[in-house]
Amino acid sequence: MGKFIKWGLPALALAVLAAGWWLGLAWAPPDREMGDVQRIMYVHVPLQWVAMVAMAINFVVAIGYLMKASWKLDATAEASAEIGLVLGTAGMITGAIWGRPTWGVYWSWDPRLTSQAIMLVTYTGYLVLRRFVEDPEKRATWSAVVAIIGAINLPIVWFSVRWWRSLHQVQSTPKTVDPEMTLALRVSAFGMLFLTIWFLVQRYRQALAERQAEVALPDALPSDLAAAGGANSSRVA
Amino acid sequence: MSASRPRPIGLLTATLALLRKDLLIEWRTRARLNAIIFFALATLLMFSFALGPDTKLLEKNAGGYFWLAILFASVLALGESFRVESENACMDGIRLAPADARAIFLSKALGNTLLLTALGALLVPVMVALYGVRIVTSVVDLGLILLLGSLALSAPGTVYAAISSNARARDVLLPLLLFPLVIPALLSAAKATTLVLQGDPMNQFGSWLGLLGGFNLIYWGVGFLLFPRIIED
Repeated sequence: MGKFIKWGLPALALAVLAAGWWLGLAWAPPDREMGDVQRIMYVHVPLQWVAMVAMAINFVVAIGYLMKASWKLDATAEASAEIGLVLGTAGMITGAIWGRPTWGVYWSWDPRLTSQAIMLVTYTGYLVLRRFVEDPEKRATWSAVVAIIGAINLPIVWFSVRWWRSLHQVQSTPKTVDPEMTLALRVSAFGMLFLTIWFLVQRYRQALAERQAEVALPDALPSDLAAAGGANSSRVA
Repeated sequence: MSASRPRPIGLLTATLALLRKDLLIEWRTRARLNAIIFFALATLLMFSFALGPDTKLLEKNAGGYFWLAILFASVLALGESFRVESENACMDGIRLAPADARAIFLSKALGNTLLLTALGALLVPVMVALYGVRIVTSVVDLGLILLLGSLALSAPGTVYAAISSNARARDVLLPLLLFPLVIPALLSAAKATTLVLQGDPMNQFGSWLGLLGGFNLIYWGVGFLLFPRIIED
């Protein structure tokens, strides 16, 4: 199992992703109106999907942590928020690149875009909080609370911004696109999903090892990770 | 055994006692109210300098500027509301009292609501004078928005202030956590205020107020449920 996660999973992910992108970029037909520009969809849409998966994992483990405290759940929360933020940001950038030739602008205050921008700021705040609290137990509890409140807020944001302003095309589903496009999109999405799982597992292991080190031996951590003052004084006691 | 045990203090009693304590501290020093009033006034003034003396633009955006001034001031007020407890380990003292931890949330959030509502009431005449707006629909509507908006900033703000007051770099952390969260509240309060100031021909006031009310219900509920987890030790 360990060997599969270390070598097999990334190899599988890259192979599926390469196949999906080859299908999307070379094999699937170009869009009737947008032409070849639309092919960025095979990158943009999977990125957004897996970012949502990561954020959903974060929400679930945050609730789980408050019900039953465990370092494993806390490490999963840290890994999923970080990876979700990176993938979501990449999704947003590819969206802006797609928006420029098709809408004429990189950015619009459309509900979907606005909500995602707010989501990215919310999870940036979450990760900043994690950095600024030294006590691992307090950090885990507080960040779980912040994750839950932040996630609850996203539907409200979506709703309020839709009232506030209503250019994003209806999201692509298999029904709205050509079957060849669907296949390419599905394969790309699975490739991205496998890659995300691999990222998650790697980051989870790191986070868990860090937690265990913090709990076992607070002073053994490098100085930028250990407390800036408070906890370090325990060396004296 | 149980007969000799003192009767537990009810949630309402504890909340009112804590609120009374906070208001008394506030009344005796008046430090927090003075600071946020002048901060908010300076903010209102700064918007006119940032935009130049274009009265039409100021008049059109008055609702938004009004709520931004309150939001910025609320960060100061919220941060300060827990700084009081961090001196002399007051927080530990409150926690040791045989009262419900949720009473701390309710009293702090209500205290902040009172403070922000008072601030808003003071800012309204200044806004009217400075931005050249007039209240078209009714003062009662404006009062209602002010109360609901202050409630909406206070509930999540109190939860996040309790967290950030114990973290490093708390002055950065509180706005970073709070601002994205209160966007729906800010949006609906600013929109509703603009409707009060410019008339409401499409009758949208009720739906914005409803959104603000829903936001309040959710965050007062979530705060009430989750707050005890934040201050546990």
